[in-house]
Amino acid sequence: MTAPSRGLAIAIVGFVTLLLVGLPLERTGSVRAVVDFLAPAFATMAIFAVICIGLNVQWGYTGIFNFGVVGFFMVGAYTAAIVTMPPADGKFSTYIGGFGPMLANVPLPGAANWLPYLVGTLAAAAVSAVLALLLAWPMMRLREDYLAIALIGAAEVLRRIATEEQWLVNGSRGLAGIPRHLAGIVDGDADKFLFLALAIAMLALIYLLIDFGIRSPWGRVLRAVREDEAAAAAAGKNVNGFKLQGFVLGAAVMGAGGAFYAFQQGAISPETFSHFFGTFIFWAMLIAGGSGNMAGAIVGTYVIWGLWSVTLQLQGYDLPRFLADRVPHLRDTLVGLTIVAVLLANPRGLLPERVQVSRWLDRRVRSLRRAENEATSSAAD
Amino acid sequence: MASVADRNLVERRDDAGSGQAAELARRLGQAAPWVVLGILGVWSAVALTEQFVVGIIVGSLYALSAVGLTLIYGIARVSHFAQGDVMMLSAYLGFFVLTGSLAGAGATDVTLPVALEMLPWANERIWLFSFGYGLVLAIAIAAVVAVPILLAIDRVVYRPLLARGASTAIVAVSSLGIAIAIRGVMLLVWGPSGRRYSEGIRDTVELPGLPRIVADQFFIIATAAVLAVATYLLLYRTRLGTAMRATADNPDLARASGIDTASVRRWTWAIGGFLTAVAGCLLALQSQLSPDLGFLLLLPIFAAAILGGIGSPHGAFIGGLVVGVVGETTVGAGWIGPGYKLAVTFVVLIVVILFRPSGLFGSRS
Repeated sequence: MTAPSRGLAIAIVGFVTLLLVGLPLERTGSVRAVVDFLAPAFATMAIFAVICIGLNVQWGYTGIFNFGVVGFFMVGAYTAAIVTMPPADGKFSTYIGGFGPMLANVPLPGAANWLPYLVGTLAAAAVSAVLALLLAWPMMRLREDYLAIALIGAAEVLRRIATEEQWLVNGSRGLAGIPRHLAGIVDGDADKFLFLALAIAMLALIYLLIDFGIRSPWGRVLRAVREDEAAAAAAGKNVNGFKLQGFVLGAAVMGAGGAFYAFQQGAISPETFSHFFGTFIFWAMLIAGGSGNMAGAIVGTYVIWGLWSVTLQLQGYDLPRFLADRVPHLRDTLVGLTIVAVLLANPRGLLPERVQVSRWLDRRVRSLRRAENEATSSAAD
Repeated sequence: MASVADRNLVERRDDAGSGQAAELARRLGQAAPWVVLGILGVWSAVALTEQFVVGIIVGSLYALSAVGLTLIYGIARVSHFAQGDVMMLSAYLGFFVLTGSLAGAGATDVTLPVALEMLPWANERIWLFSFGYGLVLAIAIAAVVAVPILLAIDRVVYRPLLARGASTAIVAVSSLGIAIAIRGVMLLVWGPSGRRYSEGIRDTVELPGLPRIVADQFFIIATAAVLAVATYLLLYRTRLGTAMRATADNPDLARASGIDTASVRRWTWAIGGFLTAVAGCLLALQSQLSPDLGFLLLLPIFAAAILGGIGSPHGAFIGGLVVGVVGETTVGAGWIGPGYKLAVTFVVLIVVILFRPSGLFGSRS
């Protein structure tokens, strides 16, 4: 199962890369334009990969059925925005927070360029984690499908609050003018390359942290809970405690991803965070890539978001009006069909989870097998 | 083993003294939600009559769809997250057979030369309704067409997944994929902007002692009532209904007793799909047609089904009415802003699953 699947994964990633580079190159004929298109596209991809990893922690490793990803994504983005923005003027915009100037004046070397990002991201992760804690108290005991609908409901309530409460986060007008702190370091719009590097660095950091956690005995219990709660409980594990930890950790990661999304976009509004854009895409990414596998989450993000960006490129062509209007809808339909097709054809996704009990045991089994092989081969001699 | 039995004996002896009190407490616990619902219902009917009536009308739509959902869940074992989008799709199918309109390039429509509207007097208004027999026919056709669509989806997606032993969650994720795809198809075929069945003026009716009601709403509530009674009779007075309930209770036992469970499954999708489709058309008549409306319908519909006790059709019906009334009265009375109507539904859902996860009529926890 694994071998052909890996070949397919490489083929699909190659195909998406070809489209991503080829289409803008063909259309504009300039390498510069391609780079200008790809830098923000890859930054978004890295951010979405972070959120997808958050969902992977919840669903892939802990088995928590979160259909309300957009709630944590949105709360992270909004928290980061109000922490790093200047205070509201009270006339055209009203929102709480606005610590941007305060953070920029902290007496640390170059504080204005990095401290707001750091504080904003940590605050976003923390608020998102607290939200998960609050939701977990009533919800963690629910059956899977009840949990899913309850989290859809929670996400919808959060979207409503963001839309209705003018004083809190400027209501339906949203927040604009989230500062680009990296712009002070380099000339022109070259800060988008710095931001790309920063986003990839965050993805790498979160990847390593989560990977470390998942490989640890703690991660092993998480997966045991996912596989069979009763068995994990029988082994003396506090099932609800571990589920809570997986849920909160995943939410914090989603919040951090949301923070970077706000930094990159510069403006966010409740409209942005639809259930489709904020929840379903991440499910499509995770299912396509292979849940329970960090690399799968990243590959899934690359493929789905790559194709998404390519459809944006298609709009640059002089398509007939009838077709041009329908490109985004066709894309939405394909996202849905992808989920179904992957579940039917290969439910473990492009890069399936590798069964791993423990690294120590794997090494031990390998060395024993080797010893056995050597014994049999020497006996044959 | 013996020690467990001993302990049970001891416990039973302990219970004997307080047995009557415990029994009373249990009965009270079971009656409490009904008493609370009854008091709130009567109070809102008297104090907020207008909102109460609207709530019953909207609730009857939720109720029909929730009955479909609960049947599909109980017998076909699918947590059907595409329910809201199936409702919307059926509403669009009704729109299509009535008007023959499809979205063209830009904001223009392409209209087929064949449509129900072109039948003689199809749009001649019946009584005070805003529509003629054409729409009634269109709703019937849409509901009948929705059935093979759902049967095909079950055949291609849900049944293979369940046969493979996929978990509830995986089947639910696949239904989410279906929901996204259906929404995409609606956008492709009919475009993103909202539509209505008829643009005409909506006449209202005044009955003694009741607030003014839009005439169309009588049609909605009458249709919902007729279908609810028909479903009840089908489930409790026919062999098929008995087979369906037996399959819901215990599929293995049902199969062992000679019930063709595959056929029961198809009938379940047919009946559930029909109810869902009619509910979708009626909802479009009550408000409008819009591809984005479907997904948010999941909240009230799941709330209704869970409140009634998932798997219980009459529970789902009552649950739908309760969810409709609670939503309309809290907003209508000005306790919360209209933007938060879905939030009320969410609160109802949470309260039910926290304090009474088996719902009003549910036996399984």
